[in-house]
Amino acid sequence: MLKDITIGQFFPGSSAVHKMDARVKLVLTIVFIVMLFSAKGMAGLCVCIAFTLLIFAISRIPPAMMLKSLKPIAPLVLITALLNIFFVKDGDKLFEWKFILITDKGIDTAVFMVVRIICLIVGSSLLTYTTSPIDITDAIERLLGPLKRVKFPVHELAMIMTIALRFIPTLIEETDKIISAQKARGSELDTGTLTEKVKGMLPIFIPLFASSFRRADELAVAMECRCYHGGEGRTRMKQMKAGRRDVFGCIFTAVFFAAVIAVNILTK
Amino acid sequence: MDNFIQAKDLKFSFTDNYSEKPVKNEVLKNISLNIERGSFVALLGHNGSGKSTLAKCFNAIYLPEGGKVYVNGMDTAEEKNLMDIRRSAGMVFQDPDNQIVATIVEEDVAFALENLGVEPAEIRRRVDDSLKTVGMYEYRMHAPHRLSGGQKQRVAIAGILAMQPECILLDEPTAMLDPQGRREVMETIKKLNRENGVTIVLITHYMDEAAQADRVVVIDDGEIILDSAPKQVFSQVQTMKNLGLDVPQATELAYRLSKAGYDMPADILYEDECVQAIARLLKG
Repeated sequence: MLKDITIGQFFPGSSAVHKMDARVKLVLTIVFIVMLFSAKGMAGLCVCIAFTLLIFAISRIPPAMMLKSLKPIAPLVLITALLNIFFVKDGDKLFEWKFILITDKGIDTAVFMVVRIICLIVGSSLLTYTTSPIDITDAIERLLGPLKRVKFPVHELAMIMTIALRFIPTLIEETDKIISAQKARGSELDTGTLTEKVKGMLPIFIPLFASSFRRADELAVAMECRCYHGGEGRTRMKQMKAGRRDVFGCIFTAVFFAAVIAVNILTK
Repeated sequence: MDNFIQAKDLKFSFTDNYSEKPVKNEVLKNISLNIERGSFVALLGHNGSGKSTLAKCFNAIYLPEGGKVYVNGMDTAEEKNLMDIRRSAGMVFQDPDNQIVATIVEEDVAFALENLGVEPAEIRRRVDDSLKTVGMYEYRMHAPHRLSGGQKQRVAIAGILAMQPECILLDEPTAMLDPQGRREVMETIKKLNRENGVTIVLITHYMDEAAQADRVVVIDDGEIILDSAPKQVFSQVQTMKNLGLDVPQATELAYRLSKAGYDMPADILYEDECVQAIARLLKG
């Protein structure tokens, strides 16, 4: 059962967004975040919403996925909303009872903040939906490439990420086996108080760590056998090439960014 | 015929640093062994006999403490030969999970070539060729953790094969596989040896696999005890048993029958030979 997990939240497809160069997508995602935070009012934010929805439509990711990406941050959204509603004190009074004071400005800010967070999450999760973890890792390695000159271990970081991604399913499978083995020896993992439960995890983590070290050792030897000697002089089978599609994507984003700035100026 | 690997008076030891007094544990004692180009050699020995260590000396993972190892005429002790040696003598290990680096099959097969700095177009060509050779081409876009053990091990072999090595060292490649997976891997190994002329050094615990080699080398306690064709090695059933090793099942059966007074030839290796011999006996 655990074996069938998907790593990350990649949603394979063949849309224009999927086919874009991962490096371009990564940069555009950062541009999108800047765009979101430069929108000064609701009108500017509406442009951002339109942009997000449009990309979502083009990428043909099922709309349900949009909600799924929001689930883990629901508490954050709620807290943001409540804080803004209760703690913004200026503006016209709408409701007052003892120490609780709600103003129209408070409501406005709350809505603005909530919409911005939702937009941020939905927009940036599009990157992970349409790009495989491997491509993202590759893109990061290539984008950070110039940092190699100042001795920043770019290749090593990317290699660590790749190996981590590769071993997640293996280690999950192993955890599964260890849990079964410990259960067969009569350990009670899901009963008792919280401290007992935490203590019960120990016989799972220790073998897991021990076997991870053994695996790491074997993997290192296997990598040496395949002539691994760091990032120096390494080539890549898959070459990343930005094409017409990527230029179009950049123009598309630039147009929306310009629109946000225009709206900012007009509604000042 | 020329020798691809030459070991001369090879010595190697591990030092146990964890006990109070460091204990030097001699793993290989004066091993001299030549492996001919294009041959299929099986290395046998019980656990701790030094067979894995020996194989790791053959591609410069371990360097000899005494004596010399030459791979394709190159001295393994010389740093500048390292990449050439590892490229020409690839190694496949027991646990396929611990030798696959990438999250996509074809990326993993490309790993060694990327390390060697091969041109992208050439990598593509060689990756496709190696995957086709081991019969995993249809799975090139799969995630390794969704493959069966035998399939994973074939991907690992393809990863080595992509380097176009002249020799492949396999350290118990079938030990963790089910019978189906073992069969797949053995077929692949034999095909590489026969059709592509790759020199094979196979370490195994399965005597049926060793019986398929051209030559069997038995190691015990860091020394070579027997070194001959499978028929000669396995006919010495008692010697093998004393070393804590088995013989192929067919050989075992023939051995017990002849011990019980039946007239069976001593050099039976395969099931069909055994069947014929017994049939002859029954008619007799």
